[in-house]
Amino acid sequence: MLKLLDGPQTLGRGRIFWSCFLAVLAGALIYPLFADSYDVGNFAYFLIWIFMALGLCLMWGYGGMLSFGQTFFFGIAGYGYGVLAINMGGGTATIAALVLSVVIAMIAAGILGYFMIWGGISGIFFGIVTLSATLVLAFFLGQTAGPEWHIGSARLNGFNGMKGMDPLTVGSFDIEGSALYYVMIALIVIVYIALRMLVNSSVGNVIVATRENPQRAEMLGYDVRKYQLLTFVIGSGLAGLSGALYTSWGQFITPSSIGLPAAAMPIVWVAFSGRNDLTATLVGSFLLLFGFQTITVYSQQAALVLMGVLLLATVMLAPQGFVLGIGKLVVDWWSRRRRRNESPALADAGRLQSDET
Amino acid sequence: MSAELFSVFYQFADVFAFLILSAAGLAIVFGMMGVINMAHGEFIMCGAYVTVGLVNLGVPLPIAQILAALTAGIIGMIVELLIVRRFYKRPLDSLLATWGLSLIVTQSMLLIVGSAVRGIGTPEGSFAIGGYTFSTYRLVLFFCAVAVLAGLYIIFMKTRFGVIARATMQNAAMAKALGARTGRIYSISFGIGTALAGLCGALYAPTMTLIPTMGATFVVESFVTVVIGGANVLLGTAPAAVFLAMIRMALNASYGQIIGQIGMLFAVILIIRVLPEGLSSVLVRRGR
Repeated sequence: MLKLLDGPQTLGRGRIFWSCFLAVLAGALIYPLFADSYDVGNFAYFLIWIFMALGLCLMWGYGGMLSFGQTFFFGIAGYGYGVLAINMGGGTATIAALVLSVVIAMIAAGILGYFMIWGGISGIFFGIVTLSATLVLAFFLGQTAGPEWHIGSARLNGFNGMKGMDPLTVGSFDIEGSALYYVMIALIVIVYIALRMLVNSSVGNVIVATRENPQRAEMLGYDVRKYQLLTFVIGSGLAGLSGALYTSWGQFITPSSIGLPAAAMPIVWVAFSGRNDLTATLVGSFLLLFGFQTITVYSQQAALVLMGVLLLATVMLAPQGFVLGIGKLVVDWWSRRRRRNESPALADAGRLQSDET
Repeated sequence: MSAELFSVFYQFADVFAFLILSAAGLAIVFGMMGVINMAHGEFIMCGAYVTVGLVNLGVPLPIAQILAALTAGIIGMIVELLIVRRFYKRPLDSLLATWGLSLIVTQSMLLIVGSAVRGIGTPEGSFAIGGYTFSTYRLVLFFCAVAVLAGLYIIFMKTRFGVIARATMQNAAMAKALGARTGRIYSISFGIGTALAGLCGALYAPTMTLIPTMGATFVVESFVTVVIGGANVLLGTAPAAVFLAMIRMALNASYGQIIGQIGMLFAVILIIRVLPEGLSSVLVRRGR
């Protein structure tokens, strides 16, 4: 099982990488002891979006399916959590609401994905069909202002959004502040490790083979549509997880977190970071969210203009992504320096050893 | 009875005009270069703003609309030269680049112009048939849509440019080998596409509130029309618009705009399962 952590589909392997990983994790774990609770809440907020980015990275970078519909599933699960949490009452039922809302998003992804993938839609059309669905959902929710729009006792409230649901709660303990932060960290570690294992497993290899050449993968005997649907459902489910966590974090959700320009954000994060690698996406998305939040305080429009500039600059200058590119440069420089210091044979031996562990 | 019939036609014409006008520019660019221009909505917005600006300066509405379309076309050719040109071999990246552009333009407009500008009212004038009154301007829009289709037919089927453009569409490398300057063809086609987007914005400017994000109200319709139309846009776009307009009209009449839009989206998702290549593939097969 653990062998799958390092493999051909993920960058970063061996003792150095995992030491860094553990160091960052340890830093993240002790962070709330030093920072004030406002900053911890802010960090938890950035971490919410990471799932969505990792899901898009899986679909786009590994599966070759450019989905513009991450916020569609974000919205379905976000509103789903709100409706369920309000109707089932607070308390431990919110955990069930979280799980159920993610399941609902995955079912929606299964249905939409079935029609698109079995219909043979790919490439550009995959993007614009998912984006159309996203925009229609945002328009629909935007006009549900009247009292006649309600599900159970949950009012949809149109453009102002739904509010009044309980945050995640176990018994009588609200998961907020640093507790929520730790839940996020745990979930991110689990999702990151699980995705690494997935893409390095035989299923992951088929997913990547489908990206490279669907016909060839099909000739080798795989029903590529099933693998694509699986990728789409997992990736969209992760967007759903982000949505449900978002609603529970702020106890509100509005249609503007679904429509434009929100729908473009996951694309910017993943494109800028480097869609072909989970680690690059994780690091890059976090940095972008951090920067975005810092600028948004002054002007949201300016922050969004910057996001547009980053997207344009990425495709024009570094189509594989900036974080991935810089990461590769650093690794190259590092290994060149090591090669200069040690004898080449020893360096190779070290690499072989770390592959085995 | 004839009044009811006309009323149905009027509603159909309204939706049809919206679909054709918003999709024509996108379809031309997609058909020629295989590029989906994600900044399409922003060119529509550009057309609308230029129109309103000129009308507020005292320019008569029709002239302002033509100038707005030309402005959008010229800006489009500049964008093609600076950005889109590099991505003809990477269509997915062109999607991202133009989306980045769209973000930059919309948000900069919000920063500079602010959220709303003083609009210009819909040109007045109505006529009555039976017990119903209809706005004349909506019919003008329908005739503009038909004129756009006719104009495209003439440009692409009856002119020398059209022959070369269709050759480039079919096989760019071969057209180039035969001496067609494909780069220039692409540039002009992109210009025509964005000019049509500008025209759409110009024509709808009097009927809606001007906000920098107004492009988003057009893009869903233009996307689904192009998806259903399929790869051969000269053949597919008009039937696709007729088909979608019928669905939309029926749903609009009984359930309202938003259900009409949702219904249209569901129809599109069902159709791509059966006809992934779009309507034009069926028409092409019939033609052979």
